[in-house]
Amino acid sequence: MATPTWNNPIVKWIDYRLPVFSFMHHELVDYPTPRNLNYWWNFGSLAGIVLVIMIATGIWLAMHYMPHVDYAFDSVERIMRDVNYGWLLRYVHMNGGSMFFIVVYIHVFRGLYYGSYKNPREILWIMGVFILLAMMATAFMGYVLPWGQMSFWAATVITSLFSAVPLVGDAIVSWLWGGFAVDNPTLNRFFSLHYLLPFIIFALVFVHLWALHVHKSSNPLGIDMKGPQDSIPFHPYYTIKDTFGLGVLMVIWMFFVFFAPNFFLEPDNYIEANPLVTPAHIVPEWYLMPFYAILRAITFDIWFIPAKLIGVVAMFASILILLFLPWLDTSKVRSAKFRPIYKQFFWIFFVDCLILGWIGANPPDALFMDTVPLLIIGQIGTAYYFLHFVLVFPLLGWLERPRMVPESISAAVVAAEPPAPGSV
Amino acid sequence: MRRLFALATVLALSVASAGAASAAVGLKPEARDWSFDGVTGTYDRNALRRGLQVYLEVCASCHSLNLVAYRHLGGVGFSAEEIKAIAAEFEVEDGPNEEGEMFTRPARATDPFPQPFANDQEARAANSGALPPDLSVINKARKGGANYMYALLTGYREEAPQGFEMMEGMSYNDYFPGHQIAMPPPLVEDGVEYADGTKASVEQMSADVTIFLEWAGEPGMEDRKRLGIKVLLFLLVLTAMLFALKRKIWADLH
Ligand code: HEC
Ligand code: HEM
Repeated sequence: MATPTWNNPIVKWIDYRLPVFSFMHHELVDYPTPRNLNYWWNFGSLAGIVLVIMIATGIWLAMHYMPHVDYAFDSVERIMRDVNYGWLLRYVHMNGGSMFFIVVYIHVFRGLYYGSYKNPREILWIMGVFILLAMMATAFMGYVLPWGQMSFWAATVITSLFSAVPLVGDAIVSWLWGGFAVDNPTLNRFFSLHYLLPFIIFALVFVHLWALHVHKSSNPLGIDMKGPQDSIPFHPYYTIKDTFGLGVLMVIWMFFVFFAPNFFLEPDNYIEANPLVTPAHIVPEWYLMPFYAILRAITFDIWFIPAKLIGVVAMFASILILLFLPWLDTSKVRSAKFRPIYKQFFWIFFVDCLILGWIGANPPDALFMDTVPLLIIGQIGTAYYFLHFVLVFPLLGWLERPRMVPESISAAVVAAEPPAPGSV
Repeated sequence: MRRLFALATVLALSVASAGAASAAVGLKPEARDWSFDGVTGTYDRNALRRGLQVYLEVCASCHSLNLVAYRHLGGVGFSAEEIKAIAAEFEVEDGPNEEGEMFTRPARATDPFPQPFANDQEARAANSGALPPDLSVINKARKGGANYMYALLTGYREEAPQGFEMMEGMSYNDYFPGHQIAMPPPLVEDGVEYADGTKASVEQMSADVTIFLEWAGEPGMEDRKRLGIKVLLFLLVLTAMLFALKRKIWADLH
């Protein structure tokens, strides 16, 4: 792509010394993008914008928030009542957390469906998994800051997990706490880290996009761009499409902010933290439920390894296993469009994640239809979760006969006249 | 796609039934129509005034309302003069003065509502060992919100059902988790004499104080919804225009 010539003398002067304008032009205007991306490819840019909004609202909240066990709860209520538009800041930030995870989970499932993680996008995908881990840590610590009952007890439950580590477990836990219970030092450090981590996510996203721009986006057909006939410039085609997508997200997000601001929140978090009163059941926020279900599914020791330790390992493994997906999936074909069997397993896996989420939200001794304990369902769901990765993915690559993959993107687009709605 | 919907339905049903199995702690409160519900919901000003009266004359002897100050009552529809008069009916401790002494004075608009007890221990001692919670955000802090509050206040029974063991000083309530509550039925027929002449039935007082507490939990709700309608209308129009623009820009591709 030719470097543009700049006419504005100031732009020209700067660009000669530091070519930011050429860089932007190259990466955001001329940048060749497959012409057949569908709306599932909107969610990466949406996630980027949500991240920026979260950082902006977070910085403003931090100007009024007080990370002290005696003041945290009331300072949040002060923001709601006495700070000008404080309620707006808080509700945007609070619901933004949920929006962020909805957007990113769709983004990840898009990757799973279209095989976006395959050669040559493995590092792009791995950066994504690191982003996901950092997001979860950030969200977990943010949940603790308002110092409600769920804040306190979720922090207690999750940090206590580290006591499962052999020999040094208890030492680790009191090191995390900065004391002998979740208390003021814990709240202080969580605030510090909750402020820090989004900037680390920002840096990871930069690397994520760097890797993306090396081999460019994949697409619903999962075949490479072979020439100019397969691509269109990012601007104006995808700038306008992404802006429209942002409009839709904003409508949904702002609906919650203005009309159902506490929809995603546990009522217990409007009760100030009290170390002496344990809530009837302690639940994390919805986006961590599936992992919570996996943690609680392990109720049996294996050999000399205690159940608690296996549960913790299983919980972390359920995310870390994504790192190995590019090599666990042995199929040469990227897109599920041409993989009839994988397509079905994809949906089974999707439903499995929903089921695990539902199990995580309910007490494990409750009964389903008055007969099956939820624990059993959670255990089956957990077993399937891992089997999907270690068995289904490798085997399908060998056993499945993929359908014919089209010659090129442009050939497929022309063949599909008139264009299917939603495909462009 | 159809398969997906079927699965989603099965899932939704199963969530519902698992919920029912685990909630054997208190009856599910009935959903009522509240003026503050919905996209254009507002607080009924007359109900707010009556609810404030119920709170001050009944609940305030046991429950604090820490996040509310007299000045906030402007949001209930009181004038500055009225607020001054309400505040002046209460004494607060202030000081130290120049001699280093604490003293009492009539409350001012900027003072928070008074505390019924000096500390938690005193509150427990007066209430069979139970602590009456602060009511500032109580409707947000309970599943069911306002519906639960109304159900709780009207859900007392004089006698526990046959065979139900009651502890000393407890009352039976259909909606309280576990049914034994340390709060005696706070509202009795004509327990307050409403300034506006409304008949003070238990149901009426319960509804009024529930509305008042909903307001206390989120005094800015009306502003939020008013702004929300404007923001959402703007976003909908903008998004529709962006969609049209997207179609136009993409049109030359085919
Ligand atoms: C005699 C003192 C007293 C009065 C008057 C009183 N309460 Fe209570 N209230 C209590 C106590 C004690 C508790 C704690 C009950 C328990 O934990 O068993 C309580 C608990 C509550 C709860 C919490 C129930 C739950 O779900 O945990 C609400 C809500 C409540 N009161 C509302 C009110 C309202 C509204 C009024 C005024 C109409 C009122 N109370 C008047 C003593 C009182
Ligand atoms: C803060 C969170 C994230 C941001 C801001 C972000 C941003 C983006 C953007 C802008 C794109 C290009 C547009 C698109 O394909 O949608 C992209 C592509 C991609 N992302 Fe992310 N991402 C995030 C998280 C993740 C996570 C958690 C994963 C996986 C675990 C992931 C995996 C991928 C992959 C594989 C692609 C390439 C898709 C393709 O070309 O087919 N991303 N990301």
